[in-house]
Amino acid sequence: MTREEIINTTNEFLIEEIEVNPEVIKEDASLKDDLDIDSLDFVDIFVIVERKFGFKIKAEEMTDVATLGDFYDYIEKKVS
Amino acid sequence: MRRVVITGMGIYSCIGKTLDEVAKSLYDGKSGIGIDPKRYDYGYRSPLTGIVERPVLKGVLERRLRTGLAEEGEYAYIATKDALDQANVDMDYLLKNEVGIFYGNDSSAEAVIKAHQVVAEKHDTMLMGSGAIFQSMNSTITMNLSVIFKLRGVNMTISAACASGSHSMGLGYLFIKNGWQDMVICGGAQETNVYSMGSFDALNAFSIKTDDPTKASKPFDKNRDGLVPSGGAATLILEDYEHAVKRGANIIAEVVGYGFSSNGGHISQPTNEGSYIAMKRAMKDSGIDLNKIDYINAHATSTPLGDMYEAMSINSLFGKYNIPVSSTKSMTGHECWMSGASEIIYSILMMQNSFIAPNINFNEPDEYSKNINIINRTTEKKIDTFISNSFGFGGTNSALVVKKFKP
Repeated sequence: MTREEIINTTNEFLIEEIEVNPEVIKEDASLKDDLDIDSLDFVDIFVIVERKFGFKIKAEEMTDVATLGDFYDYIEKKVS
Repeated sequence: MRRVVITGMGIYSCIGKTLDEVAKSLYDGKSGIGIDPKRYDYGYRSPLTGIVERPVLKGVLERRLRTGLAEEGEYAYIATKDALDQANVDMDYLLKNEVGIFYGNDSSAEAVIKAHQVVAEKHDTMLMGSGAIFQSMNSTITMNLSVIFKLRGVNMTISAACASGSHSMGLGYLFIKNGWQDMVICGGAQETNVYSMGSFDALNAFSIKTDDPTKASKPFDKNRDGLVPSGGAATLILEDYEHAVKRGANIIAEVVGYGFSSNGGHISQPTNEGSYIAMKRAMKDSGIDLNKIDYINAHATSTPLGDMYEAMSINSLFGKYNIPVSSTKSMTGHECWMSGASEIIYSILMMQNSFIAPNINFNEPDEYSKNINIINRTTEKKIDTFISNSFGFGGTNSALVVKKFKP
């Protein structure tokens, strides 16, 4: 899976399933402050990532994931 | 003691999704019963059910507020929004005033079973998602509606089997009557998915007259063979009379009596004594003479024993006054946790439009139902006061007396 495919898939589920405002989707956007993703949303993102990318997010690996770009990097690392 | 009035109603049912649609169905004697083929595949003995369309709330409610709503919660949201709108209660009012909620619900089977299926397959509870816990708990409706509507008053679910909706109104009535709350959202909701009624079907309690589903529910008829499950949601806004007048609300009706009892007997078989005590207590609370009741909305679900005992108790208490009786479950099926609330709305719609809705499919009485005045054709009649019965497993009984509002 290319980085572009990862970005497209991620953006699509954030917009369609998590209902994030498409206008705030930027690489440097903060997941918490700009995308307004809370702890309950993260549980649903965990479920969607397992379905879309076939791996389970580990909470302890997410401590350094602050921006959307960090999140793309994390997924890229896990699927490569 | 304060007077308790109804200032809003909302309904989402198999006979209509608006008050006007439901009033027309009641007048026309239109059944909402059909066949759900999934029930055969799942292993039900009976595929009969009230056919209720699931609402689409995407675009209506934001995701976080939808995630915790199970099927019955979606119905309850629509019914409650409609009831609040009719009561002229908006978010601004809700943010500035203390409003409570008592809502009847006694299962959330689909949410529980689907969450279990995920874990059984994947062996990871996190894959249930964030909504599973909020959808699975019995208090799912009050938990979600209190967040959606920013409620800050009394907040709890009433689980009392098929009397849940009625007891929720009884408790709302008591809280307002005693001055503890000015406004309480009351109601009942019932899921209709394939998982919701399997264990009830297991008791052989459901009708299997599938030739014409609209004729399957036959309360009080000699040839009845069981109930037809159904669902949806019904919400009523109960309010202190003075409070309603002060804010210029439109008053729909007045709740004047609540009676309750427990049979202390069998888990599924009712008794005539228990329902008699609930009705008598409601009448005593209302202070209204028995002969002033214009209509009895029976609990009668179309089961052999339940209808028999109710006919006996109605005859014991009201027999000499020949009061018209009908069971709207002949059209709606048994809306279970919702029914105690929806049947107050059905009866109020009859009161507002001066007719008695028919107990359809009542063709031949048995030796008990012949002693009461069952109405099987739509009948024009002025209704000033009615009583509505609700009984449930474990022997819980509830009766409510409602009167046309007069200042």
